[in-house]
Amino acid sequence: MLEIRDVEAGYGDARALAGVTLSVGAGEIVALLGPNGAGKSTLLKSVAGLLRPRRGTIRWEGEDLARVAAHRIVERGLALVPEGRRLFGSMTVEENLALGAFAARARSARQANRERVYALFPVLRERSRMLVRALSGGQQQMVAVGRALMTNPRLLMLDEPSLGLAPRLARAILEALVEINREGVAVFLVEQNVPAALALAHRAYVLESGRIVSEGRGDELLQDPHVRRAYLGPLAARG
Amino acid sequence: MDVLAQQLLLGLMIGGLYGLAAAGLSLVFGVLKVLNVAHGELIMLGGYGAFWLSALLGLDPFASLLVVLPLSLVLGLCLYGGLFAFVVRFDEETRVKNSLLIGFGLALALHALAVRLWTADERSIVTSYGGTVISAGGLSIPVVRLASLALAFALIGALHLLLTHWRWGRAVRATAEDWQAALLAGIDVRRAYVLAFAIGTALAGAAGTLVSVNYSINPSMGLEWTLKALIVVVLAGLGSMIGTFVGGLFLGVAEAASAAAFGGPYREVVGLVIFVVMLVLRPRGLFGR
Repeated sequence: MLEIRDVEAGYGDARALAGVTLSVGAGEIVALLGPNGAGKSTLLKSVAGLLRPRRGTIRWEGEDLARVAAHRIVERGLALVPEGRRLFGSMTVEENLALGAFAARARSARQANRERVYALFPVLRERSRMLVRALSGGQQQMVAVGRALMTNPRLLMLDEPSLGLAPRLARAILEALVEINREGVAVFLVEQNVPAALALAHRAYVLESGRIVSEGRGDELLQDPHVRRAYLGPLAARG
Repeated sequence: MDVLAQQLLLGLMIGGLYGLAAAGLSLVFGVLKVLNVAHGELIMLGGYGAFWLSALLGLDPFASLLVVLPLSLVLGLCLYGGLFAFVVRFDEETRVKNSLLIGFGLALALHALAVRLWTADERSIVTSYGGTVISAGGLSIPVVRLASLALAFALIGALHLLLTHWRWGRAVRATAEDWQAALLAGIDVRRAYVLAFAIGTALAGAAGTLVSVNYSINPSMGLEWTLKALIVVVLAGLGSMIGTFVGGLFLGVAEAASAAAFGGPYREVVGLVIFVVMLVLRPRGLFGR
Protein backbone atom coordinates (compact mmCIF):
# COMPACT_ATOMS: atom_id res chain seq x y z
CA MET A 1 0.00 0.00 0.00
CA LEU A 2 2.79 2.43 1.00
CA GLU A 3 6.04 1.92 -0.90
CA ILE A 4 9.06 4.00 0.05
CA ARG A 5 12.07 3.55 -2.22
CA ASP A 6 15.61 4.94 -1.84
CA VAL A 7 14.36 8.07 -0.14
CA GLU A 8 16.89 10.74 0.77
CA ALA A 9 15.72 13.77 2.68
CA GLY A 10 16.98 16.39 5.11
CA TYR A 11 17.00 19.96 6.26
CA GLY A 12 19.39 22.42 4.66
CA ASP A 13 22.81 20.78 4.44
CA ALA A 14 21.94 18.05 6.93
CA ARG A 15 20.95 14.73 5.43
CA ALA A 16 18.57 12.88 7.74
CA LEU A 17 17.66 10.00 5.40
CA ALA A 18 20.30 8.32 3.27
CA GLY A 19 18.32 6.02 1.01
CA VAL A 20 15.48 4.36 2.88
CA THR A 21 13.39 1.60 1.37
CA LEU A 22 10.43 0.13 3.19
CA SER A 23 6.78 -0.73 2.75
CA VAL A 24 3.58 -0.93 4.71
CA GLY A 25 0.90 -3.32 3.51
CA ALA A 26 -2.87 -3.07 3.90
CA GLY A 27 -4.02 -3.89 7.40
CA GLU A 28 -0.50 -4.17 8.80
CA ILE A 29 1.02 -2.68 11.94
CA VAL A 30 4.59 -1.72 11.10
CA ALA A 31 6.95 -0.26 13.68
CA LEU A 32 9.91 1.97 12.88
CA LEU A 33 12.57 1.86 15.59
CA GLY A 34 15.84 3.66 16.04
CA PRO A 35 17.73 6.09 18.23
CA ASN A 36 17.08 9.83 18.42
CA GLY A 37 18.24 11.58 15.29
CA ALA A 38 18.05 8.46 13.14
CA GLY A 39 15.59 10.16 10.78
CA LYS A 40 12.34 8.54 11.91
CA SER A 41 10.37 11.79 12.16
CA THR A 42 11.87 12.99 8.89
CA LEU A 43 10.57 9.87 7.18
CA LEU A 44 7.04 10.34 8.52
CA LYS A 45 7.04 14.02 7.58
CA SER A 46 8.16 13.11 4.08
CA VAL A 47 5.29 10.66 3.67
CA ALA A 48 2.82 13.25 5.00
CA GLY A 49 4.11 15.84 2.53
CA LEU A 50 5.45 18.29 5.12
CA LEU A 51 8.92 17.72 3.72
CA ARG A 52 9.90 16.81 0.17
CA PRO A 53 12.45 14.05 -0.39
CA ARG A 54 15.51 15.01 -2.46
CA ARG A 55 15.68 11.62 -4.10
CA GLY A 56 13.69 8.46 -4.22
CA THR A 57 9.98 7.89 -4.44
CA ILE A 58 7.10 7.57 -2.03
CA ARG A 59 4.20 5.71 -3.58
CA TRP A 60 0.74 5.29 -2.11
CA GLU A 61 -1.37 2.69 -3.89
CA GLY A 62 0.87 3.13 -6.91
CA GLU A 63 0.64 6.93 -7.03
CA ASP A 64 3.81 8.98 -6.60
CA LEU A 65 3.22 11.47 -3.77
CA ALA A 66 6.07 13.78 -4.78
CA ARG A 67 3.77 16.34 -6.37
CA VAL A 68 0.75 15.88 -4.13
CA ALA A 69 0.14 18.77 -1.69
CA ALA A 70 0.13 17.84 2.00
CA HIS A 71 -3.58 18.53 2.48
CA ARG A 72 -4.37 16.32 -0.51
CA ILE A 73 -2.30 13.50 0.93
CA VAL A 74 -4.78 13.51 3.83
CA GLU A 75 -7.50 13.26 1.18
CA ARG A 76 -5.83 10.08 -0.11
CA GLY A 77 -6.30 8.39 3.29
CA LEU A 78 -2.94 8.97 4.99
CA ALA A 79 -2.97 10.58 8.44
CA LEU A 80 -0.07 11.58 10.67
CA VAL A 81 -0.16 12.10 14.42
CA PRO A 82 2.89 14.35 14.61
CA GLU A 83 5.63 14.51 17.18
CA GLY A 84 4.55 16.69 20.10
CA ARG A 85 0.86 16.27 19.15
CA ARG A 86 0.48 19.73 17.56
CA LEU A 87 -3.10 20.20 18.70
CA PHE A 88 -5.09 23.42 18.41
CA GLY A 89 -4.74 24.32 22.08
CA SER A 90 -7.11 27.28 22.13
CA MET A 91 -9.95 25.15 20.79
CA THR A 92 -12.12 22.55 22.45
CA VAL A 93 -11.76 18.79 22.09
CA GLU A 94 -14.87 18.82 19.94
CA GLU A 95 -13.46 21.52 17.64
CA ASN A 96 -10.17 19.68 17.26
CA LEU A 97 -12.02 16.54 16.25
CA ALA A 98 -14.25 18.52 13.87
CA LEU A 99 -11.15 19.97 12.18
CA GLY A 100 -9.86 16.42 11.71
CA ALA A 101 -12.94 15.81 9.58
CA PHE A 102 -12.19 18.78 7.33
CA ALA A 103 -11.14 16.69 4.33
CA ALA A 104 -13.88 15.79 1.87
CA ARG A 105 -13.24 12.07 2.39
CA ALA A 106 -13.92 12.50 6.09
CA ARG A 107 -17.01 14.68 6.09
CA SER A 108 -19.68 12.10 5.35
CA ALA A 109 -18.21 9.67 7.89
CA ARG A 110 -17.89 12.40 10.53
CA GLN A 111 -20.57 11.17 12.94
CA ALA A 112 -19.46 7.55 12.77
CA ASN A 113 -15.82 8.49 13.26
CA ARG A 114 -16.60 10.72 16.21
CA GLU A 115 -18.44 7.85 17.88
CA ARG A 116 -15.49 5.60 17.12
CA VAL A 117 -13.08 8.05 18.79
CA TYR A 118 -15.33 8.42 21.84
CA ALA A 119 -15.68 4.64 22.07
CA LEU A 120 -11.89 4.28 22.01
CA PHE A 121 -11.32 7.09 24.51
CA PRO A 122 -14.49 7.57 26.59
CA VAL A 123 -12.85 10.29 28.67
CA LEU A 124 -12.84 12.57 25.62
CA ARG A 125 -16.63 12.50 25.45
CA GLU A 126 -16.76 13.84 29.02
CA ARG A 127 -14.18 16.51 28.18
CA SER A 128 -15.52 17.36 24.73
CA ARG A 129 -16.23 20.99 25.63
CA MET A 130 -12.95 21.62 27.39
CA LEU A 131 -10.08 23.52 25.84
CA VAL A 132 -7.41 21.11 24.72
CA ARG A 133 -4.61 22.94 26.49
CA ALA A 134 -6.38 22.33 29.81
CA LEU A 135 -6.16 18.54 29.34
CA SER A 136 -3.48 16.24 30.71
CA GLY A 137 -0.73 14.99 28.40
CA GLY A 138 -2.36 11.59 28.04
CA GLN A 139 -5.72 13.07 27.16
CA GLN A 140 -4.07 15.41 24.68
CA GLN A 141 -2.45 12.42 23.01
CA MET A 142 -5.88 10.81 22.79
CA VAL A 143 -7.19 13.94 21.07
CA ALA A 144 -4.24 13.83 18.67
CA VAL A 145 -4.96 10.21 17.75
CA GLY A 146 -8.66 11.05 17.60
CA ARG A 147 -8.12 14.01 15.28
CA ALA A 148 -6.13 11.80 12.92
CA LEU A 149 -8.84 9.12 13.03
CA MET A 150 -11.42 11.76 12.11
CA THR A 151 -9.69 12.11 8.72
CA ASN A 152 -10.99 8.58 8.05
CA PRO A 153 -7.52 7.23 7.26
CA ARG A 154 -6.54 3.94 5.69
CA LEU A 155 -3.02 4.34 7.03
CA LEU A 156 -2.43 5.96 10.41
CA MET A 157 1.13 7.15 11.07
CA LEU A 158 2.18 8.04 14.60
CA ASP A 159 5.35 9.76 15.75
CA GLU A 160 6.15 8.59 19.28
CA PRO A 161 2.60 8.65 20.63
CA SER A 162 3.63 7.41 24.09
CA LEU A 163 6.46 9.91 24.61
CA GLY A 164 6.30 11.55 28.02
CA LEU A 165 3.25 9.59 29.15
CA ALA A 166 2.88 7.55 32.33
CA PRO A 167 3.20 3.81 31.57
CA ARG A 168 -0.50 3.19 32.10
CA LEU A 169 -1.51 5.89 29.63
CA ALA A 170 1.16 4.83 27.15
CA ARG A 171 -0.26 1.33 27.25
CA ALA A 172 -3.79 2.68 26.74
CA ILE A 173 -2.68 4.53 23.61
CA LEU A 174 -0.85 1.53 22.18
CA GLU A 175 -3.80 -0.75 22.93
CA ALA A 176 -6.06 1.69 21.10
CA LEU A 177 -3.80 1.27 18.05
CA VAL A 178 -4.39 -2.46 18.05
CA GLU A 179 -8.12 -1.76 18.24
CA ILE A 180 -7.92 0.73 15.36
CA ASN A 181 -5.93 -1.78 13.33
CA ARG A 182 -8.53 -4.46 13.97
CA GLU A 183 -11.04 -2.22 12.18
CA GLY A 184 -8.88 -2.39 9.07
CA VAL A 185 -6.64 0.68 9.37
CA ALA A 186 -2.94 0.08 8.68
CA VAL A 187 -0.64 1.52 11.35
CA PHE A 188 2.89 2.86 10.86
CA LEU A 189 4.37 3.55 14.26
CA VAL A 190 7.53 5.32 15.39
CA GLU A 191 8.07 4.36 18.99
CA GLN A 192 10.77 4.65 21.65
CA ASN A 193 9.35 1.85 23.77
CA VAL A 194 10.88 -0.96 21.73
CA PRO A 195 9.50 -4.01 23.58
CA ALA A 196 5.97 -2.59 23.49
CA ALA A 197 6.26 -1.66 19.84
CA LEU A 198 7.64 -5.05 18.83
CA ALA A 199 4.94 -6.80 20.83
CA LEU A 200 2.14 -5.21 18.82
CA ALA A 201 3.78 -4.79 15.40
CA HIS A 202 3.49 -7.39 12.67
CA ARG A 203 6.76 -6.20 11.19
CA ALA A 204 9.39 -3.68 12.16
CA TYR A 205 12.30 -1.78 10.67
CA VAL A 206 15.31 -0.42 12.51
CA LEU A 207 16.58 2.94 11.25
CA GLU A 208 20.05 4.16 12.21
CA SER A 209 21.82 7.23 10.82
CA GLY A 210 19.34 7.50 8.00
CA ARG A 211 19.55 3.86 6.87
CA ILE A 212 17.52 0.74 7.51
CA VAL A 213 19.85 -1.64 9.36
CA SER A 214 17.45 -4.48 10.13
CA GLU A 215 13.95 -5.54 9.41
CA GLY A 216 11.76 -8.47 10.17
CA ARG A 217 8.76 -9.76 12.05
CA GLY A 218 8.29 -8.39 15.55
CA ASP A 219 9.26 -11.62 17.29
CA GLU A 220 12.29 -12.09 15.00
CA LEU A 221 13.63 -8.65 15.89
CA LEU A 222 13.10 -9.38 19.55
CA GLN A 223 15.67 -12.19 19.13
CA ASP A 224 18.02 -10.15 16.91
CA PRO A 225 21.31 -9.71 18.84
CA HIS A 226 21.91 -6.19 17.53
CA VAL A 227 18.42 -5.04 18.43
CA ARG A 228 18.71 -6.62 21.87
CA ARG A 229 22.05 -4.95 22.55
CA ALA A 230 21.05 -1.52 21.27
CA TYR A 231 17.43 -1.22 22.32
CA LEU A 232 16.59 -3.74 24.97
CA GLY A 233 19.48 -3.08 27.34
CA PRO A 234 22.33 -5.26 28.70
CA LEU A 235 20.09 -7.62 30.65
CA ALA A 236 18.13 -8.57 27.57
CA ALA A 237 21.32 -9.00 25.56
CA ARG A 238 22.64 -11.56 28.06
CA GLY A 239 19.39 -13.48 28.40
CA MET B 1 -17.69 65.77 35.91
CA ASP B 2 -20.23 65.80 33.13
CA VAL B 3 -17.61 67.15 30.79
CA LEU B 4 -15.32 64.26 31.63
CA ALA B 5 -18.11 61.71 31.21
CA GLN B 6 -18.96 63.25 27.87
CA GLN B 7 -15.38 63.01 26.69
CA LEU B 8 -15.00 59.42 27.84
CA LEU B 9 -18.22 58.52 26.02
CA LEU B 10 -16.94 60.07 22.81
CA GLY B 11 -13.67 58.20 23.34
CA LEU B 12 -15.56 54.93 23.71
CA MET B 13 -17.36 55.53 20.43
CA ILE B 14 -14.13 56.35 18.61
CA GLY B 15 -12.68 53.25 20.22
CA GLY B 16 -15.17 51.12 18.30
CA LEU B 17 -13.57 52.36 15.10
CA TYR B 18 -10.11 51.58 16.47
CA GLY B 19 -11.28 48.07 17.26
CA LEU B 20 -12.68 47.55 13.78
CA ALA B 21 -9.56 49.02 12.18
CA ALA B 22 -7.38 46.68 14.23
CA ALA B 23 -9.43 43.54 13.58
CA GLY B 24 -8.33 43.23 9.96
CA LEU B 25 -4.68 43.83 10.77
CA SER B 26 -4.86 41.31 13.61
CA LEU B 27 -6.50 38.66 11.44
CA VAL B 28 -3.94 39.00 8.65
CA PHE B 29 -0.99 39.07 11.05
CA GLY B 30 -2.32 36.19 13.12
CA VAL B 31 -3.01 33.90 10.18
CA LEU B 32 -0.41 34.80 7.55
CA LYS B 33 2.30 36.07 9.95
CA VAL B 34 2.45 39.00 7.55
CA LEU B 35 2.41 42.54 8.95
CA ASN B 36 0.52 44.62 6.44
CA VAL B 37 1.65 48.19 7.19
CA ALA B 38 -0.53 49.37 4.31
CA HIS B 39 -3.60 48.48 6.36
CA GLY B 40 -4.27 52.18 7.05
CA GLU B 41 -4.16 52.92 3.32
CA LEU B 42 -6.77 50.21 2.78
CA ILE B 43 -8.88 52.02 5.38
CA MET B 44 -8.28 55.24 3.45
CA LEU B 45 -9.52 53.57 0.24
CA GLY B 46 -12.64 52.39 2.08
CA GLY B 47 -13.22 55.97 3.19
CA TYR B 48 -12.94 57.29 -0.34
CA GLY B 49 -15.22 54.53 -1.56
CA ALA B 50 -17.93 55.69 0.81
CA PHE B 51 -17.25 59.34 -0.02
CA TRP B 52 -17.63 58.90 -3.78
CA LEU B 53 -20.65 56.64 -3.45
CA SER B 54 -22.22 59.40 -1.42
CA ALA B 55 -21.03 62.31 -3.57
CA LEU B 56 -21.74 60.79 -6.99
CA LEU B 57 -24.63 58.42 -6.36
CA GLY B 58 -26.13 60.01 -3.28
CA LEU B 59 -25.79 56.73 -1.40
CA ASP B 60 -26.14 56.93 2.37
CA PRO B 61 -22.65 56.32 3.85
CA PHE B 62 -23.89 53.59 6.19
CA ALA B 63 -25.69 51.86 3.31
CA SER B 64 -22.54 52.15 1.20
CA LEU B 65 -21.04 49.47 3.45
CA LEU B 66 -22.98 47.00 1.31
CA VAL B 67 -20.94 48.12 -1.70
CA VAL B 68 -17.62 48.88 -0.03
CA LEU B 69 -17.43 45.51 1.78
CA PRO B 70 -17.60 43.30 -1.33
CA LEU B 71 -15.36 45.68 -3.30
CA SER B 72 -12.72 45.56 -0.56
CA LEU B 73 -13.01 41.80 -0.47
CA VAL B 74 -12.17 41.68 -4.17
CA LEU B 75 -9.36 44.21 -3.70
CA GLY B 76 -7.99 41.94 -0.98
CA LEU B 77 -8.03 38.95 -3.32
CA CYS B 78 -6.12 40.96 -5.96
CA LEU B 79 -3.54 42.33 -3.51
CA TYR B 80 -2.98 38.86 -2.07
CA GLY B 81 -2.58 37.26 -5.47
CA GLY B 82 -0.35 40.03 -6.80
CA LEU B 83 1.80 40.95 -3.80
CA PHE B 84 1.51 38.69 -0.77
CA ALA B 85 1.01 35.18 -2.18
CA PHE B 86 4.70 34.60 -2.73
CA VAL B 87 5.73 35.93 0.69
CA VAL B 88 3.89 33.19 2.57
CA ARG B 89 6.19 30.57 1.06
CA PHE B 90 9.04 31.74 3.27
CA ASP B 91 9.61 30.94 6.93
CA GLU B 92 8.01 33.28 9.43
CA GLU B 93 10.93 35.63 10.04
CA THR B 94 11.55 36.19 6.33
CA ARG B 95 7.81 36.64 5.87
CA VAL B 96 7.63 39.54 8.32
CA LYS B 97 10.67 41.29 6.81
CA ASN B 98 9.42 40.88 3.25
CA SER B 99 5.90 41.87 4.13
CA LEU B 100 7.17 45.08 5.74
CA LEU B 101 8.91 46.05 2.52
CA ILE B 102 5.88 45.17 0.42
CA GLY B 103 3.56 46.91 2.88
CA PHE B 104 5.52 50.16 2.92
CA GLY B 105 5.76 50.10 -0.85
CA LEU B 106 2.06 49.47 -1.17
CA ALA B 107 1.29 52.25 1.32
CA LEU B 108 3.36 54.75 -0.66
CA ALA B 109 1.82 53.65 -3.94
CA LEU B 110 -1.75 53.85 -2.67
CA HIS B 111 -1.09 57.23 -1.08
CA ALA B 112 0.37 58.62 -4.31
CA LEU B 113 -2.48 57.11 -6.30
CA ALA B 114 -5.08 58.70 -4.03
CA VAL B 115 -3.42 62.12 -4.29
CA ARG B 116 -3.23 61.76 -8.06
CA LEU B 117 -6.84 60.66 -8.48
CA TRP B 118 -8.59 62.67 -5.82
CA THR B 119 -6.08 65.44 -4.85
CA ALA B 120 -4.79 65.98 -1.33
CA ASP B 121 -7.93 67.91 -0.28
CA GLU B 122 -9.78 67.06 2.87
CA ARG B 123 -13.17 65.53 2.08
CA SER B 124 -16.13 64.92 4.29
CA ILE B 125 -19.51 63.34 3.88
CA VAL B 126 -22.49 65.49 4.72
CA THR B 127 -25.64 63.75 5.82
CA SER B 128 -29.01 65.16 6.86
CA TYR B 129 -28.68 63.49 10.26
CA GLY B 130 -25.02 64.50 10.72
CA GLY B 131 -25.75 66.98 13.50
CA THR B 132 -28.43 65.00 15.30
CA VAL B 133 -27.73 64.40 18.95
CA ILE B 134 -29.53 62.26 21.48
CA SER B 135 -29.58 63.66 25.00
CA ALA B 136 -29.56 61.17 27.82
CA GLY B 137 -28.71 61.71 31.47
CA GLY B 138 -26.95 65.00 30.84
CA LEU B 139 -24.83 63.49 28.05
CA SER B 140 -25.23 64.23 24.38
CA ILE B 141 -24.70 61.32 22.04
CA PRO B 142 -24.19 62.09 18.33
CA VAL B 143 -26.26 59.54 16.40
CA VAL B 144 -23.59 59.10 13.74
CA ARG B 145 -21.02 58.05 16.33
CA LEU B 146 -23.48 55.81 18.10
CA ALA B 147 -24.49 54.13 14.84
CA SER B 148 -20.81 53.68 13.93
CA LEU B 149 -20.08 52.01 17.25
CA ALA B 150 -23.09 49.72 16.86
CA LEU B 151 -22.14 48.79 13.30
CA ALA B 152 -18.51 48.18 14.25
CA PHE B 153 -19.67 45.90 17.03
CA ALA B 154 -22.08 44.09 14.70
CA LEU B 155 -19.31 43.50 12.14
CA ILE B 156 -16.94 42.15 14.80
CA GLY B 157 -19.73 39.92 16.11
CA ALA B 158 -20.41 38.60 12.61
CA LEU B 159 -16.70 37.96 12.12
CA HIS B 160 -16.55 36.11 15.42
CA LEU B 161 -19.45 33.87 14.40
CA LEU B 162 -17.81 33.28 11.03
CA LEU B 163 -14.55 32.22 12.67
CA THR B 164 -16.17 29.94 15.23
CA HIS B 165 -19.05 28.36 13.30
CA TRP B 166 -18.16 28.33 9.63
CA ARG B 167 -16.09 25.36 8.44
CA TRP B 168 -13.55 27.59 6.71
CA GLY B 169 -13.62 30.01 9.62
CA ARG B 170 -12.39 27.24 11.86
CA ALA B 171 -9.83 26.35 9.23
CA VAL B 172 -8.55 29.94 9.33
CA ARG B 173 -8.21 29.77 13.12
CA ALA B 174 -6.49 26.41 12.92
CA THR B 175 -4.04 27.81 10.37
CA ALA B 176 -3.33 30.77 12.65
CA GLU B 177 -2.53 28.45 15.50
CA ASP B 178 -0.37 25.87 13.70
CA TRP B 179 -0.30 25.76 9.91
CA GLN B 180 1.46 22.41 9.75
CA ALA B 181 -1.13 20.82 12.01
CA ALA B 182 -3.78 22.42 9.79
CA LEU B 183 -2.22 20.75 6.74
CA LEU B 184 -2.30 17.42 8.57
CA ALA B 185 -6.01 17.93 9.20
CA GLY B 186 -6.47 18.23 5.45
CA ILE B 187 -6.86 22.02 5.34
CA ASP B 188 -5.64 23.83 2.24
CA VAL B 189 -3.55 26.38 4.14
CA ARG B 190 -3.00 28.59 1.08
CA ARG B 191 -6.73 28.99 0.74
CA ALA B 192 -7.03 29.89 4.41
CA TYR B 193 -4.40 32.60 3.78
CA VAL B 194 -6.32 34.05 0.83
CA LEU B 195 -9.50 34.04 2.84
CA ALA B 196 -7.96 35.73 5.88
CA PHE B 197 -6.34 38.42 3.75
CA ALA B 198 -9.53 39.13 1.81
CA ILE B 199 -11.60 39.33 4.99
CA GLY B 200 -8.93 41.53 6.58
CA THR B 201 -9.10 43.92 3.63
CA ALA B 202 -12.90 43.94 3.76
CA LEU B 203 -12.70 44.88 7.45
CA ALA B 204 -10.35 47.74 6.54
CA GLY B 205 -12.86 48.91 3.93
CA ALA B 206 -15.67 48.81 6.47
CA ALA B 207 -13.57 50.70 8.99
CA GLY B 208 -12.78 53.32 6.35
CA THR B 209 -16.46 53.75 5.57
CA LEU B 210 -17.30 54.36 9.22
CA VAL B 211 -14.31 56.69 9.60
CA SER B 212 -15.49 58.78 6.64
CA VAL B 213 -18.85 59.40 8.31
CA ASN B 214 -17.21 60.59 11.52
CA TYR B 215 -14.18 62.51 10.27
CA SER B 216 -12.96 64.25 7.18
CA ILE B 217 -10.67 62.07 5.11
CA ASN B 218 -7.55 62.70 3.01
CA PRO B 219 -4.93 60.58 1.25
CA SER B 220 -2.47 60.88 4.17
CA MET B 221 -4.74 59.45 6.83
CA GLY B 222 -3.40 55.89 6.37
CA LEU B 223 -0.33 56.03 8.57
CA GLU B 224 -2.26 57.31 11.55
CA TRP B 225 -4.76 54.45 11.25
CA THR B 226 -2.06 51.84 10.78
CA LEU B 227 -0.49 53.10 14.01
CA LYS B 228 -3.78 53.01 15.91
CA ALA B 229 -4.48 49.52 14.63
CA LEU B 230 -0.98 48.37 15.55
CA ILE B 231 -1.32 49.75 19.09
CA VAL B 232 -4.62 47.93 19.53
CA VAL B 233 -3.15 44.67 18.20
CA VAL B 234 -0.25 44.92 20.65
CA LEU B 235 -2.64 45.83 23.46
CA ALA B 236 -5.18 43.08 22.81
CA GLY B 237 -2.92 40.34 21.47
CA LEU B 238 -3.69 37.91 18.68
CA GLY B 239 -6.33 35.22 18.55
CA SER B 240 -9.59 36.88 19.60
CA MET B 241 -11.57 39.34 17.51
CA ILE B 242 -13.79 40.27 20.47
CA GLY B 243 -10.61 40.91 22.45
CA THR B 244 -9.32 43.16 19.68
CA PHE B 245 -12.57 45.13 19.73
CA VAL B 246 -12.36 45.56 23.51
CA GLY B 247 -8.75 46.68 23.05
CA GLY B 248 -9.96 49.33 20.60
CA LEU B 249 -12.58 50.60 23.05
CA PHE B 250 -9.91 50.73 25.73
CA LEU B 251 -7.59 52.80 23.56
CA GLY B 252 -10.41 55.21 22.69
CA VAL B 253 -11.30 55.75 26.35
CA ALA B 254 -7.64 56.01 27.40
CA GLU B 255 -7.03 58.69 24.78
CA ALA B 256 -10.06 60.65 25.92
CA ALA B 257 -9.00 60.34 29.55
CA SER B 258 -5.47 61.52 28.88
CA ALA B 259 -6.74 64.40 26.78
CA ALA B 260 -9.00 65.39 29.67
CA ALA B 261 -6.21 65.06 32.22
CA PHE B 262 -3.27 66.56 30.35
CA GLY B 263 -4.86 68.50 27.51
CA GLY B 264 -5.60 67.77 23.89
CA PRO B 265 -2.03 67.62 22.56
CA TYR B 266 -1.35 64.57 24.76
CA ARG B 267 -4.19 62.53 23.27
CA GLU B 268 -1.86 60.64 20.94
CA VAL B 269 0.83 60.00 23.54
CA VAL B 270 -1.14 57.56 25.62
CA GLY B 271 -1.38 55.06 22.75
CA LEU B 272 2.38 54.96 22.34
CA VAL B 273 2.85 54.60 26.08
CA ILE B 274 0.44 51.65 26.04
CA PHE B 275 2.38 50.20 23.11
CA VAL B 276 5.71 50.30 24.92
CA VAL B 277 4.34 49.20 28.28
CA MET B 278 2.56 46.21 26.75
CA LEU B 279 5.65 45.11 24.83
CA VAL B 280 7.70 45.22 28.03
CA LEU B 281 5.19 43.76 30.48
CA ARG B 282 2.94 41.45 28.49
CA PRO B 283 4.10 40.98 24.89
CA ARG B 284 1.29 38.57 24.03
CA GLY B 285 -1.32 41.21 24.88
CA LEU B 286 -4.29 41.28 27.24
CA PHE B 287 -6.26 38.57 25.49
CA GLY B 288 -3.51 36.88 23.48
CA ARG B 289 -3.04 33.15 23.74
